[in-house]
Amino acid sequence: MSQPTATVQHEAQQEAERLLDIAGLSKSFGTVRANRDISLHVRRGEIVALLGENGAGKSTLVKQIFGLVKPDGGTITIKGDASPVKDPRDAIRRGIGMVHQHFQLVPVMTVAENMVLGHETTSRGVLDIEGARKLVRELSAKHGLKVDPDAEVEDLPVGTQQRVEILKALSRRVDLLILDEPTAVLTPQETDELLSVMKELAAGGTSIVFITHKLREVLAAADRVYVLRQGAVVGEVATADTDARGLATMMVGRDVVLRVDKDEATPGDEVLSIKDLVVLDDRNLRAVDGFSLDVRAGEIVGVAGVEGNGQRELVEAIAGMRPPQSGRIDLLGKDITKANPHDTHVAGVGHIPEDRERHGLVASYSLADNLVLNRFSEKPFANGFVRDFDEVRKNAESLFQEFDIRAAGVTAMAGSLSGGNKQKVVVAREMSFGPKLLMAAQPTRGVDVGSIEFIHRRIVAARDEGAAVLLVSAELDEVLSLADRIAVIHGGKVVAEMPGSDADRTEIGRLMAGDH
Amino acid sequence: MEWLKRNQVAAGSIVVLLVAAFIFHAVNENVATSMFKGAWFFAVPLVLGALTGVVGERSGVVNIGIEGQMLVAAFAAFFSAAASGSLVVGILVGMAAGIVMGAFLALTTVKGLMDQIIAGVVINIVATGLTSFFYRPGKVLSSNMPQWDIPLLSQIPLIGDVFFQTGPIALFALLSVPVVHFALFRTRWGLRTRSIGEYPSAADTAGIDVIRMRLVNVTIGGIFAGAAGAFLSMEATAGFERGMTAGRGFLALAILIFGGWRPLRVFAAALFFGFTNALASQLQGVINIPQQFITLLPYLLTLVVLAVAAGRVRAPGAVGQPFVKGEGS
Repeated sequence: MSQPTATVQHEAQQEAERLLDIAGLSKSFGTVRANRDISLHVRRGEIVALLGENGAGKSTLVKQIFGLVKPDGGTITIKGDASPVKDPRDAIRRGIGMVHQHFQLVPVMTVAENMVLGHETTSRGVLDIEGARKLVRELSAKHGLKVDPDAEVEDLPVGTQQRVEILKALSRRVDLLILDEPTAVLTPQETDELLSVMKELAAGGTSIVFITHKLREVLAAADRVYVLRQGAVVGEVATADTDARGLATMMVGRDVVLRVDKDEATPGDEVLSIKDLVVLDDRNLRAVDGFSLDVRAGEIVGVAGVEGNGQRELVEAIAGMRPPQSGRIDLLGKDITKANPHDTHVAGVGHIPEDRERHGLVASYSLADNLVLNRFSEKPFANGFVRDFDEVRKNAESLFQEFDIRAAGVTAMAGSLSGGNKQKVVVAREMSFGPKLLMAAQPTRGVDVGSIEFIHRRIVAARDEGAAVLLVSAELDEVLSLADRIAVIHGGKVVAEMPGSDADRTEIGRLMAGDH
Repeated sequence: MEWLKRNQVAAGSIVVLLVAAFIFHAVNENVATSMFKGAWFFAVPLVLGALTGVVGERSGVVNIGIEGQMLVAAFAAFFSAAASGSLVVGILVGMAAGIVMGAFLALTTVKGLMDQIIAGVVINIVATGLTSFFYRPGKVLSSNMPQWDIPLLSQIPLIGDVFFQTGPIALFALLSVPVVHFALFRTRWGLRTRSIGEYPSAADTAGIDVIRMRLVNVTIGGIFAGAAGAFLSMEATAGFERGMTAGRGFLALAILIFGGWRPLRVFAAALFFGFTNALASQLQGVINIPQQFITLLPYLLTLVVLAVAAGRVRAPGAVGQPFVKGEGS
């Protein structure tokens, strides 16, 4: 970013200004070595990205810096002080602030109350809430992050909640701000906004460490990046000296195909037809509000949108898990608007649910049973009332092969698997019965890069075999690389439809944010 | 004024109750006074028990052992007062017994990570067993609990008679309600307590020692259940009986829920229960129903109230969940 000559001139001085220095840090959980021998440093005013796949040990690393997790070995030196970080209080005292992946805000309290929690001012024993509100207003004005001090946190959209989190950290004079996957829940526009806030903070002398697995953000914001793989630092590079491809290769340890290879789609007959669908969410608000979309055989239609714009309710309505208020859903000309989940399965819908832990698997059942959850009472897995365990086992064994499921055996409990393998089990079950419509909601969430590649290839394969595919994903990159046609959802309805081939990232981002 | 806005329900029901009371009072002074005295008398241990619940559950620890806490405290208070000949000793020992039982709940659930419901059940069973086993009949208190007339306040019509011609523990209960309410919503302790009961990992990352705070709160919160026990065996009657709490700890729990974990609403709810009970006793002579049905009334009311309230009130977010450091997010 800065002039190379200036960098050289200030090198010596910056070396002296190492704010954070980590040497030989290790941490194990049981037999899993989450961090091994990690060494890194952060200079004052520098933005450093920690890049890695899920499970690479990034979160564990920063939790140790913040005193939430105790290291097994190694040292963390903050501003020259190498004494162990005892707890978050100690970290805060030493100038570390952290914005967590799961926001650490008390939902039923106001912004002001959350802001001062843990370092309240009182007068004669009474909480100075007026002072807290003033603090929020001041910080908010100073950093240009708008928040209402009296709003209750649970009523705020996630983007705003994150602003509160950042302000909360800044309210304590931080030298080093840690951001754990800050962009996971943001729209592209909010993400850009956040990245520019980060740069401003860095320019003001605050160091920033941020965790991400999105290459674009690393390149856009960071000065330097550490790449983690399987708990170890496998590379350190200045962002000026690398590109997306180089980072991805470091991250996975081999060349990855960032775009999914697929042939041109050859759409056939209409399989799914949704007309003017209205679905209420848990609070009885119209989450899906006049949604219409058709999906034809042999094509992948991607629904792109910021989470919380009705995607979940849409998917649940199609799957028969949530009765629509009005509108109509047809599958191959048959009305399935009021069908229950079993009916929709019989009609030919394969459903990879968003929340695999709750809706995709029974954690305490064996993998073999999980692989026939939707068909356990059908032939050949049952004869009348009696189940045929041989068939169930044979089915599981062949799916293990076909879908590269790695587990101790077909009788292992589903709950014992890693995220990626759990997802493969769900994918295998929902694809193996030959669905007419494959509906995949966030199919690669919390899944490692290797499995993502595999699942993407299987989705394309299902399309090529003639299934209609409805892909709902909050990962814009996933929609862009898989979909033949993209429908942008905002406020519960389709605001734009376009062919996948000439879709423009910024344009879609703008539409997702409601600018249309 | 802001206070009124936030506590509309409690303030409203107290006002309605007062208006009704004064009308009634104007019609028949003696009956009204004795009815409302009876109502408050019935409500005192419920209010106190529920305050123990408020402090514990706002900190994230479910307490279904209030009944047992009260029973042990009633036992300890009465027998220590009888042995020492001092009412003050009795009250203090009763409160201390409540604290000790609170400490048991705190240590087993917060430190030992025992299931909070099971720990509560254990407390109730142990309390019944211990107090029955060590019970000795024939003890009496050397003197009765004093009745105080609070200057000026006791002159207020009806209210003065009901709340300010009072024994020490009933007065303690009356004062505890606003104190706990204020502490919970206006002080640093309260903000932190609510945060550890709603979202402990947020408190943890803000540098608050969740474990220690829960231990202290659940332990100290036992003081109210202890006072409730002392009230039952020393102020309401002078004597200890086996199982004398007779489900009042569970009524307190119901009131805690009905009152939405807010001390002022809890107070209003307890008065409402007490009033229903007193009304029923009054009806005894008027309508011809067996007495058993009348003693049943508060419990029936509990069922109805909880069925109605259950869906509408909101428990502290993390109540019942043990907190383990590092598993926060």
